[in-house]
Amino acid sequence: MKDFGFNVQPDFAIDFDRNDKRITEYLAIHEPSLNLCIGCGSCTGTCTAGHFTPFNIRQLHTLLRRGETSRLKPEIKKCMFCGKCQLVCPRGVNLRNVILRLNRAIERIG
Amino acid sequence: MLNKQRILIIGAGIAGLATAGALAGNGFEVVVAEKENQTGGHTRKWDRLFPSRRPGEEVVGYLENNLNGVTDIKFGVTVTGVIRNEAGFLVQFSDNTSTTADALVVATGFQVFDAHIKEEYGYGIYENVITSADLEALFREGKRLTTSEGKHPSRVGLIHCVGSRDEKVGNLYCSKVCCATGVKQAIEIREQLPECEVFSFYMDLRMYDRHFEELYFEAQQQWGVNFIRGRLSECSENPDHTLLLKTEDTLTGRPLRMNVDMLVLLVGFIPAPGTREIAEMAGLQVGSDGFLNSLDEHFNDNATTVPGIFITGAVKGPTTVVNAIADARATAQQITSWLKTGH
Ligand SMILES: Cc1cc2nc3c(=O)[nH]c(=O)nc-3n(C[C@H](O)[C@H](O)[C@H](O)COP(=O)(O)OP(=O)(O)OC[C@H]3O[C@@H](n4cnc5c(N)ncnc54)[C@H](O)[C@@H]3O)c2cc1C
Ligand code: SF4
Ligand code: SF4
Ligand code: SF4
Repeated sequence: MKDFGFNVQPDFAIDFDRNDKRITEYLAIHEPSLNLCIGCGSCTGTCTAGHFTPFNIRQLHTLLRRGETSRLKPEIKKCMFCGKCQLVCPRGVNLRNVILRLNRAIERIG
Repeated sequence: MLNKQRILIIGAGIAGLATAGALAGNGFEVVVAEKENQTGGHTRKWDRLFPSRRPGEEVVGYLENNLNGVTDIKFGVTVTGVIRNEAGFLVQFSDNTSTTADALVVATGFQVFDAHIKEEYGYGIYENVITSADLEALFREGKRLTTSEGKHPSRVGLIHCVGSRDEKVGNLYCSKVCCATGVKQAIEIREQLPECEVFSFYMDLRMYDRHFEELYFEAQQQWGVNFIRGRLSECSENPDHTLLLKTEDTLTGRPLRMNVDMLVLLVGFIPAPGTREIAEMAGLQVGSDGFLNSLDEHFNDNATTVPGIFITGAVKGPTTVVNAIADARATAQQITSWLKTGH
């Protein structure tokens, strides 16, 4: 076959309708405070793990709420569970429980 | 008229002054009680107002010149008692005097959020952290922004939402004016110190009112002010007294560190001290945010659940000078109608 120099790129857009939202729904039930997030970035700004590795807790839980969970499993392991993110959150999101529940959901749902 | 009806206004900020002038102009006898020794409240402290940059003092001066013969302004007094009787109200003051009144207006305004409470931002701990109110005081004195080392800063950070939109300090509400104040002050710093870089750290820029967005545009286009969408998580002091800021640059999705020479905290509104006590004495409803509630936000926004007691200006929550004056005029109109017709 002739090579035209094209290849098929995976879709970069968030395909909200097709995404598997089981973990999203699990979190919405077990830690509804996540829904109060206003995306201010305080959690990421203070995160111990995020300053040394490309780990971004705000981006991770925002993606999660869109049903984007493919990077969740390797990423969430980087969290050291120090709780600093929760201390600074202006909306009182219970981030430690978000992370705890995420780990549990990954165990169950995979 | 044999017995002129008398109205007592508590608080001589712009809301109280504008209400007083309008009521006196309508022929009522007006008495004002002010806890400080001058009129104007906070507006007198602001060097130049957004968005027009008219001096705060000029607005206060205009309202003072239009008091239409308000009979009495009592300075240095607070209210210690409010008694309702058939004739109206008997109000007692901290200097042991009292007055009767047919109607009362609570115009006690607000108080600036105490930035010490947000310890992680270092106000009162680090020398180069100031508030927007401190900056206005400096501008008013005609001084230039100077670090604790006596140098002009080469980079200043402005932090939005200090004490507002923050459940950790118990204030969920937005203070409405600090975005515009911050953008105005960013421009003023650049005007004063053209070599100094200015960075604003915000969550949302609420430039909602007329001419506000244009001010934002001007800040970017004419003054090169930089805007970073991220809320300050931490501020720490370096050995040379400069400040290390930690935030997330949410638009790039990466944590961001930046050193600045000075930090300006854009402090929000909290209810004025004493307003709650007045509300308790008079039986007024206090909202969950600590500001006073009106009878009906659409149709009776200056009356309260107590007939004859009215509220106006920032005592009802964060507001701009323009809106406080408009509210005051509406209050005077409502009171005039209430005294004449009973509703
Ligand atoms: C940093 C900052 C900058 C601002 N800059 C601008 C700007 O540029 N443009 C703009 O439109 N708005 C600005 N504002 C908002 C502006 O300050 C308010 O809109 C305005 O002050 C509201 O007026 P007021 O009369 O309702 O309240 P206040 O100004 O608070 O006046 C209340 C008065 O009541 C008195 N008082 C309080 N309690 C009692 C009591 N118990 N007994 C007797 N008297 C009492 C006080 O001493 C005061 O004189 C700014 C606010 C802040 C925090
Ligand atoms: S608990 Fe995890 S996500 Fe939160 S600040 Fe600590 S390392 Fe970061
Ligand atoms: S600190 Fe709270 S509100 Fe801000 S991005 Fe993180 S979870 Fe959301
Ligand atoms: S006006 Fe702006 S700075 Fe003030 S509380 Fe609202 S969003 Fe924050």
